[in-house]
Amino acid sequence: MSNKPLTLAEKVWNDHLVAKGENGAPDLLYIDLHLVHEVTSPQAFDGLRLAGRPVRRPDLTIATEDHNTPTWDIDKPIADVTSRTQINALRENAKEFGIRIHSLGDVDQGIVHVVGPQLGLTMPGITVVCGDSHTSTHGAFGALAMGIGTSEVEHVLATQTLPLKPFKTMAINVEGTLRPGVTAKDIILAVIAKIGTGGGQGYVLEYRGSAIRALSMEARMTICNMSIEAGARAGMVAPDETTFEYLKGRPHAPEGADWDAAVEYWKTLPTDEGAKFDAEVFLDADTLDPFVTWGTNPGQGVSLLGSVPSPDDFSDPNERAAAERALEYMDLKAGTPMRDIRVDTVFLGSCTNSRIEDLRAAAAVIKGQKKADGLRFMVVPGSARVRLQAEAEGLDQVFKEFGAEWRFAGCSMCLGMNPDQLAPGERAASTSNRNFEGRQGKGSRTHLVSPLVAAATAIRGTLSSPADLEQN
Amino acid sequence: MEKFTVFTGTAVPLRRSNVDTDQIIPAVYLKRITKTGFDDALFAAWRNDPEFVLNQDAYKAGQVLIAGPDFGTGSSREHAVWALRDYGFKAVLSSKFADIFRGNSGKQGLVTGVISDADTERLWAAIEANPGIACTIDLPNQTATIGDLTVPFEIDEYTKWRLMEGLDDIGLTLRDEQAITDFEAKREAWRPKTLPAKH
Ligand code: SF4
Repeated sequence: MSNKPLTLAEKVWNDHLVAKGENGAPDLLYIDLHLVHEVTSPQAFDGLRLAGRPVRRPDLTIATEDHNTPTWDIDKPIADVTSRTQINALRENAKEFGIRIHSLGDVDQGIVHVVGPQLGLTMPGITVVCGDSHTSTHGAFGALAMGIGTSEVEHVLATQTLPLKPFKTMAINVEGTLRPGVTAKDIILAVIAKIGTGGGQGYVLEYRGSAIRALSMEARMTICNMSIEAGARAGMVAPDETTFEYLKGRPHAPEGADWDAAVEYWKTLPTDEGAKFDAEVFLDADTLDPFVTWGTNPGQGVSLLGSVPSPDDFSDPNERAAAERALEYMDLKAGTPMRDIRVDTVFLGSCTNSRIEDLRAAAAVIKGQKKADGLRFMVVPGSARVRLQAEAEGLDQVFKEFGAEWRFAGCSMCLGMNPDQLAPGERAASTSNRNFEGRQGKGSRTHLVSPLVAAATAIRGTLSSPADLEQN
Repeated sequence: MEKFTVFTGTAVPLRRSNVDTDQIIPAVYLKRITKTGFDDALFAAWRNDPEFVLNQDAYKAGQVLIAGPDFGTGSSREHAVWALRDYGFKAVLSSKFADIFRGNSGKQGLVTGVISDADTERLWAAIEANPGIACTIDLPNQTATIGDLTVPFEIDEYTKWRLMEGLDDIGLTLRDEQAITDFEAKREAWRPKTLPAKH
């Protein structure tokens, strides 16, 4: 081995190389952890059955139900036929192939990207895959975590490896100190607005700098989660004491001598001094405002203190046309202050922002306040355990007294696959990650926001931050 | 995946160009949870038409499809290949294929051979002069034969090799199985294990 300085991503890649691709063929990488859910797995299992292949490593595989699951009446049969079929298929496949599964009603059920870290299965320096694009979430631990398609799911089930094409690296440097009321969600929305939804294509992003170091693990997960919204293959944060602290004592975290060996190795992972990134981006944390989206892709974002842009603000003709279409779909007029936009529904949930810290932050804002008239506020914990933890802390009472719906864990209104959907034309402030046309139901209009903005918006009825409440 | 060398089966003339994957298999069939059983979904919209070629007795047992140019364009759904395979097709000949469709075909054991436009016409004429006639696909020699008409087809060397060896993506990786096993043997104890389950 040469002593060439390496980035975090390159180190993890090199340490998982099973076979180097020759003559332009992809490298074969070992996969440490495979997360499975009901939507992208049935045909993968069917493929194994057809070929008479077993799952190579059931002990590196775990399944949960999330996309299709209802968040009310979870003890009743699932009404939608496709949803029920997919969930039943997962249960049967897990049984047949010997895979651990956490079904609806189980204490470890939840959104796949909340469950992995919560169990201590997600660790620094590992490779994680899942048939879901937001697998990038796990990169917060310094893992190389990638979303894959159904045929790749079958490939990993059968071989515990994946042929992968090399990537480029991009450093996202965020320096400074966030002001009160500004969060990880605002950082990532600002990054995507800056580099665009295609800006990360072909890259693994590494989030660096003092503002990232200061973030909690859950906040880092929020950032890595949305790497895919910038088009990136993955997003990563170097492991540090914050990471080790979060992991220590979790059910599947290493113990004793294994823990010591792990930490020693994990400390070697951060990008070497002098390592070269293929691209670099800089963002100033000191001047960052709460960020919200006005359009129909996550890159169409602006400061909450700003206003809806005009298509004429964009010099690129494609962007201008996209802005025109977005304003029409969103039913917004250029120049409208963002804080004047009235919403019908507030959704606090999804693998971006449904962890205990997100719920705590929102609850602290709404405590003792009154919900805006006629507004619907849905709170959906990311996992059954997050829900239990919140209840132990009395957060459920805060939400219920405020008039919010306190629901069971799942993807819920993040996507229109389960019963939780917006009506056509309905407008939501949502802590999720995608504001695409129809994402939250046919004709739905979505503004992506942080949990703090979600909470303040639920009080005022228009897009707001906690700072707006103090001025009342 | 079965090894493919020489195959003979009923030839079907599909006199259409730009057959996209939505025509090969409409989106409603994508809700299924299996990887097989898509034979009824193949060309589902067209099969409502009694005149459609696969509704004619001579072609019902079709196994070699000769189609117009730009076959398999549109959405990247792998189901398009599954539907052709499940119906019984072993090979498709066309003067032009969409890249993704062609890639998916090679992985599923479906031969896609590129022939010239002129040969497409000649093959169509030969079939229609004798409906139900068989076509022989000789992969090693890259030829298609109907009666006394033999035409060459193109296929890239790598895909040809995979088809002749009967290797799907997983089969290809499992040729490295020893390397995987060796890697596993030195995998550190601290790395995650989902079993036995801890809560
Ligand atoms: S919460 Fe939303 S983005 Fe996350 S896994 Fe579920 S559907 Fe996907």
